[in-house]
Amino acid sequence: MFLSLIKKEFLLEFRQKSTIGGVLVYVIGTIFVSALCFKARLDKPTWNALFWVITLFTSVTISGKSFLKETGGQALFNFLHYSPQQFIISKVLYNMVFMLCLSFVTFFFYAFFIKNEVENLSLFFLVLVLASSGLAGVLSLMSAIASKASGNFAIMSILSFPVLMPLILVVIRLSKQAVDGLEWAGVGLDFIVILVALNVLTLALSFLLFPYLWRD
Amino acid sequence: MKHWYKILSVIIIIYTLVWGLLNTVPRLDILNETIRNVYYHVPIWFAMLFMMTVSVIQSVLSLTKNNLRNDSKAFNASLVGFFFSIPGLLTGSVWAKYTWGTWWTFQDPKLNGVAISILIYLAYFILRFSIDDELKRARISAVYNIFAYVMMNVFIMVLPRLTDSLHPGNGGNPAFAKYDLDSNMRLVFYPAVIGWVFFSYWLFNITNRISFIKNKLHD
Repeated sequence: MFLSLIKKEFLLEFRQKSTIGGVLVYVIGTIFVSALCFKARLDKPTWNALFWVITLFTSVTISGKSFLKETGGQALFNFLHYSPQQFIISKVLYNMVFMLCLSFVTFFFYAFFIKNEVENLSLFFLVLVLASSGLAGVLSLMSAIASKASGNFAIMSILSFPVLMPLILVVIRLSKQAVDGLEWAGVGLDFIVILVALNVLTLALSFLLFPYLWRD
Repeated sequence: MKHWYKILSVIIIIYTLVWGLLNTVPRLDILNETIRNVYYHVPIWFAMLFMMTVSVIQSVLSLTKNNLRNDSKAFNASLVGFFFSIPGLLTGSVWAKYTWGTWWTFQDPKLNGVAISILIYLAYFILRFSIDDELKRARISAVYNIFAYVMMNVFIMVLPRLTDSLHPGNGGNPAFAKYDLDSNMRLVFYPAVIGWVFFSYWLFNITNRISFIKNKLHD
């Protein structure tokens, strides 16, 4: 069941080449603009903060549409064929994979156009994985809410930014340690535990709350 | 006597306003006389958190019972809580000016947490205003309210304990009970908390009655 739903998401995504291409151009364009604006004046903390701001804005913009497609006949079909739990879990899983690819692409272009300041790459990649799964969890539910709220696009960012703040702050702290090249022994385990806990928490909340958004 | 808590809250608040300024407090560096703000600043935040909790409980009830009364109660409670955040911010800001030397600082996770929770509740209000259908609004805003409440608590309760904070009891700073709440201050502080919580509950009841009457007029 999950697999068919996730497969459907990927098929839809790749059938419309314009969305994938759009995302790529969006990311590259944003990074290029910030590269021109900041020139070479980026020190490590700013490099780190700018990277996460770009990732945050991209993911909010991209995932805002993840439920907008599910309207009309499509929504009725989903309603008849799947349970809400299956549906939200498959959405979150799909978004996780998508965000993960997106954040790696962002990192690649960011490192290419600006520079690569990361000294502990394995820790940074761990942060990328945890951050994108957390973002996917929160943003899937927020996108479901926003899609019900009269299609106002700004509402997606209004709703998501404040609830994403705890996640983003922990992520920025942890990724700062990766950028500074802290050895694994010295890394704050607290932050990793909190990130995992936040992931679990958002998943559980989406799982519990989504059925109430499901019916119209 | 169903009005007992209203009378009690007024008496307690007057008592804490007067006795809070008159009783003796420990003489501490930097804090000096501003320590009396503990009686006003902290209980107001307690009242706000209490109202936010009431709001979430009502949201959960409105989801499980599918009752519009609970939804309007959840909205009213969050309005009252939002209302309390303003004096909470002002008293905190004045206190910060005299002890930390600035009106607002981004160094303190609690201040950021409060700013974020105010943003969350503004988003909650905007979400409510953007949905016209009453039943739909009740369900969707309840979902957001519950989610946002959990996130706010993660922010206010958990994060400050991991990083340094200027507030007492967090990071490298000694806790309240250790140095500034002596038995004299407890005599004012604990009643103040009860008084403000009761007072917020009173306001909550008034807003409920107003929306009940508005509904009746509307029908």
